[in-house]
Amino acid sequence: MSIEVKNLHKQFGSFTALDDISLNFPSGELVALLGPSGCGKTTLLRIIAGLEQADSGSVILDGENASQTHVRERQVGFVFQHYALFKHMTVFDNVAFGLRMKPRKSRPSEKVIAEKVHRLLELVQLDWLADRFPSQLSGGQRQRIALARALAVEPRVLLLDEPFGALDAKVRKELRRWLRKLHDELHITSIFVTHDQEEALEVADRVVLMDHGKVEQVGTPDEVYNHPQTPFVYGFLGSVNLFHGRVDDGHLHVGDDVLHDLGENYGPGSEVYAFARPHELDIVVDTQQVSGLSAKVNRVLSFGLNSRVELDGINSAHGQHFEVELSPQRVHELSLTQGQIVKLVPSKLKLFQRDSLHKDHHA
Amino acid sequence: MSSIKSFSVLPGFGLSMGFTLVYLSLIVLIPLSAVFIFTSQLTWAEFWAIVSAPRVVASYKLSFGASLAAAAINAVFGLMLAWVLVRYSFPGKKIVDALVDLPFALPTAVAGIALTALYAPNGWIGQFIQGTLGIKVAFAPLGVLVALVFIGLPFVVRTVQPVLQDLETELEEAASSLGANRWQTFRYVLIPIILPALMTGFALAFARAVGEYGSVIFIAGNIPMVSEITPLMIITKLEQYDYAGATAIAAVMLVVSFVMLLIINALQAWAGKRTGRDR
Repeated sequence: MSIEVKNLHKQFGSFTALDDISLNFPSGELVALLGPSGCGKTTLLRIIAGLEQADSGSVILDGENASQTHVRERQVGFVFQHYALFKHMTVFDNVAFGLRMKPRKSRPSEKVIAEKVHRLLELVQLDWLADRFPSQLSGGQRQRIALARALAVEPRVLLLDEPFGALDAKVRKELRRWLRKLHDELHITSIFVTHDQEEALEVADRVVLMDHGKVEQVGTPDEVYNHPQTPFVYGFLGSVNLFHGRVDDGHLHVGDDVLHDLGENYGPGSEVYAFARPHELDIVVDTQQVSGLSAKVNRVLSFGLNSRVELDGINSAHGQHFEVELSPQRVHELSLTQGQIVKLVPSKLKLFQRDSLHKDHHA
Repeated sequence: MSSIKSFSVLPGFGLSMGFTLVYLSLIVLIPLSAVFIFTSQLTWAEFWAIVSAPRVVASYKLSFGASLAAAAINAVFGLMLAWVLVRYSFPGKKIVDALVDLPFALPTAVAGIALTALYAPNGWIGQFIQGTLGIKVAFAPLGVLVALVFIGLPFVVRTVQPVLQDLETELEEAASSLGANRWQTFRYVLIPIILPALMTGFALAFARAVGEYGSVIFIAGNIPMVSEITPLMIITKLEQYDYAGATAIAAVMLVVSFVMLLIINALQAWAGKRTGRDR
């Protein structure tokens, strides 16, 4: 079932949680709502579920305006960050709850309910826990039970609010893969909220990036990661190095340093922000080289597949920190020492007009 | 002995347990056993004659009946009050919250006099009730109930309140997203969680009501066979220097109250086990 929201606006006192949000969630997709805390993503999810009312705007489920429909009748499955399992009921009773609460006319018999619950517990691979109580389960198990409980009433859409937020890193990763697999089996339109960019990029078909109650960008994980449209998206998806500069004669001037060959056209004299990811920077020991940005080596961290070099800005970039990701061989070649002055040479640089950044970030 | 000792980061089980037993003996057990010792001066026939006298039996009925009814009323309305205090914010909430404790703090005689003045046939409220409904409140068993409801209210509110405060609203949201209506959410999600605390509150309110004397004697009117409570019977015997008789009735009260509290505790443990809390 498709979900559409139109011109949603939500205000909490003087805080604007949602500012004119219009989005379309096509049928059968798994979409991630991604953004920092307080960006309005959870509010949006709760409005779609009917747990919260928007001040204005509408929620359209399957082509029907559902703005006034009670959460009970929206047929949405909602999964909470802290599971919200009924502690006084066994796992079986938790999953059976939705079926048992149906009006007498449409309520299946206990036998049918039992069969269905066991099928769902098999789906989440926890059939052997049917008689336990939630307090006897691990966090990952509880969340899978919560999911089974939501699926029991055959919802038209599945909404997950930071479903893995309360779990430790390893279980998180496992459940992420598992959710993706489950979605591929069920093809139920799903939206999940997360502040973890890795989670969103790894699991979702499409990612909606939000900040300050506005949508910054919508696209496939590949699109938003490789073609960020705003400085916020660039900065939010992965670590980033930021330079303040001015474009002149096709060159970028950062303080006393110059970078050649920008590849993008900017009017002379425009103030810009330049972004480069850690793996898009190289280090050159020869400080006499013309193109490059001066920095001082602070620390070299050599573990894992790549080594990381942390540097401090000097001159005009004083007080700033940079991070460069290099292969261990390259680090070995450079044999950097702490306090050494080097030049940073970007292989790729993304420029944003300075005023655009201001406009976007002070809503 | 070593079998009940298990490792703990805080030492001192032996000492604290010993202290607990001595303290409990001094404060509770020894005074209570005196009741039975005094009673044992009587023969079984004398004892039975005293405790089964029609006037005394009538007082048992009123005391235990009115106490149970008052505790039940308080369970319902105390829960409602606690719910309102936890869930909603309104002007003067702090004052309402403080008012709940007033029956604790007020000398019971004051409460008794105030209630009697209000519900007496010529009192503010009493004249309307008697005038329009023809029901007599003060100087009748109903008056006893009113006084017991008054003094038992804080027990239910104060035991249920913390549980309601800890209750996640997410549980209700989850229930309604699963299609449960308001009544079903209340019945199948909220009540099972609140029930143990509610039963504790009920038990406390009941225990307090059974032992209440001060506020009741003013409003009850103390008409033999109609509105006499058991504590009054005990006092009456004491005033006649019939100590053995007084303690005989006291012993009956003690045993009945103890058995009732035991039953409530057992119910609570059963409810706890059923919901996996004790596992």
